[in-house]
Amino acid sequence: MIAVIRGLRGIQIAAVLAGALTLAACASNPTAQNGGAGMAGAATPGSAQDFVVNVGDRIFFETDSTQLTPQAVATLEKQAQWLQRYNRYTFTIEGHADERGTREYNIALGARRAQAAQDFLISRGIDRSRMRTISYGKERPVAVCDDISCWSQNRRAVTVLNASS
Amino acid sequence: MTEKSLLSDAVSDRRFLPGRRDLLLAAASIAAMQLPLLRSAQAQLRLDVTQGTIQPVPIALPDFVGGTPADSNVARNVTQIITSNLRRSGLFNPIDPAAYIEKIVNIDAVPKFPDWRAINAQGLVTGRITKQSDGRLKAEFRLWDVFAGNQLAGQQYFTTAENWRRIAHIISDAIYERLTGEKGYFDTRIVFVDETGPKERRVKRLALMDQDGANVRYLTRGDDLVLTPRFSPSTQEITYMSYGQGDPRVYLLNVETGQREIVGNFPGMTFSPRFSPDGQRVVMSLQQGGNSNIFAMDLRSRSTMRLTDTAAIDTAPSFSPDGARICFESDRGGRPQIYVMAASGGGAQRISFGEGSYSTPVWSPRGDYIAYTRQHAGKFGIGVMKPDGSGERILVEGFHNEGPTWAPNGRVIMFFRDSGGKGGPSLYTIDITGRNEQKVPTPSFASDPAWSPLLS
Repeated sequence: MIAVIRGLRGIQIAAVLAGALTLAACASNPTAQNGGAGMAGAATPGSAQDFVVNVGDRIFFETDSTQLTPQAVATLEKQAQWLQRYNRYTFTIEGHADERGTREYNIALGARRAQAAQDFLISRGIDRSRMRTISYGKERPVAVCDDISCWSQNRRAVTVLNASS
Repeated sequence: MTEKSLLSDAVSDRRFLPGRRDLLLAAASIAAMQLPLLRSAQAQLRLDVTQGTIQPVPIALPDFVGGTPADSNVARNVTQIITSNLRRSGLFNPIDPAAYIEKIVNIDAVPKFPDWRAINAQGLVTGRITKQSDGRLKAEFRLWDVFAGNQLAGQQYFTTAENWRRIAHIISDAIYERLTGEKGYFDTRIVFVDETGPKERRVKRLALMDQDGANVRYLTRGDDLVLTPRFSPSTQEITYMSYGQGDPRVYLLNVETGQREIVGNFPGMTFSPRFSPDGQRVVMSLQQGGNSNIFAMDLRSRSTMRLTDTAAIDTAPSFSPDGARICFESDRGGRPQIYVMAASGGGAQRISFGEGSYSTPVWSPRGDYIAYTRQHAGKFGIGVMKPDGSGERILVEGFHNEGPTWAPNGRVIMFFRDSGGKGGPSLYTIDITGRNEQKVPTPSFASDPAWSPLLS
């Protein structure tokens, strides 16, 4: 998220920052930052910010689960369509866990979540060679507090477009 | 490291030097003095550390004497470190020096035992530090049984001047061992992860310190995320997980030379490493798709061996002290639980059957227990169970306690605790009796501790 914001200019900053604030405030509805209808017009189609704002770069998981929720499937379908259309992008799927697990297990859990997203995108025809996965376990939370409103934001797989692609 | 340059004269003590590769310290027994008293028929001063509750033994530690006036500062500092070590062990209650009646000016004279009995001291430690003409320190101490009126131990050591803290730890270990019959754990180090910065962008560095928090040294700069450092049995090397370019990997770091290398050439992320007790192998997890399996790599031949092959998360392997078995965690049955298998892999037996999830199992250096993190009802606790799964006890429980590591004598466990929210973790110790919880001082937030073997 931070890396994406850093590269933005002008009015588009406002749009994505609004999304970031929603995250920071530990929104109770995990899908709230997946686009946000009012911001849709701001990003250039096919740009990285278009992907973040209008498609949604992340999916969320239930506690200790790697199952794709219906919302996650919907987001991944949109990601797959977008990635098919803008096939110049390579990308990394980052898997993350919340802090309510032990370090080693969470590294493996994050890897499984990234794998679940990767498997889905491959099943929708995205070329495996365009993607890699990495797990951060519980090392890179986006929301910090000591209750479930934050933990649910942190159990995620984020599709990060490679800047050079 | 300075230890390697130590001279090695007067090597006659059998307890500190047997079988060690590196000759760390020169040690010699001080002959017991001829006492004017006949040895009392009274039972000897001795502590039983296996009891669940124990009354700390009152012990007097008057400032060590300076061999020359210039030595008295170091002598006093050594005394303070010994006092602090013994107090933190929970087994001793150092008596306030203000209560002392006799002033120790010569450690070669027999103490006035009635003066020490009068303040209810059961043990008395006297000592002397003398800088030698070649710059080294000579440290001598005597441990007295006040009620029996006899000397229980007497040792002298020679070391370089900058090693004065280690002298204090070694004397602490000698006192602990003489009075409990167990090896001590004071002359040891902790490798851990130092944490700074906001939680969303934590900077993590490998750090090394003495077990009491002194002499902190950073081993990495914080550019790469580093996790789960573990000591080799020689304490000269550390294996850990590091992020960098490409997949996160298990690394080896030589703490003497700073030389670093990736362990193995695995096709994917490797993590959760640990040395075998003989230091010849590193066992770790390899991520393969959605599954994590356990592999071992022989450090000399570089050959690798697969130890588990399941569609599950198998991780956190830890050898039994005889090297024959490995405990690890797996969610092959649903939730993470502890399993034990042969060190060559194959069939594994589940040993944890309590409520909740069990992870990060670590085999005690004594072999008698496995410590673990248990997650249950929204709480994270540290517990122990026997290798067959019996005798389970939770030692500490709360919002988040994780990652146990054993003191080399298997009597004390260190772990990290996170209070949640924007704060960060700190290190704690607790006895396996569940008593005597102590915070370990660190410069910043700290996690993933690993306790070294005894250095000497």
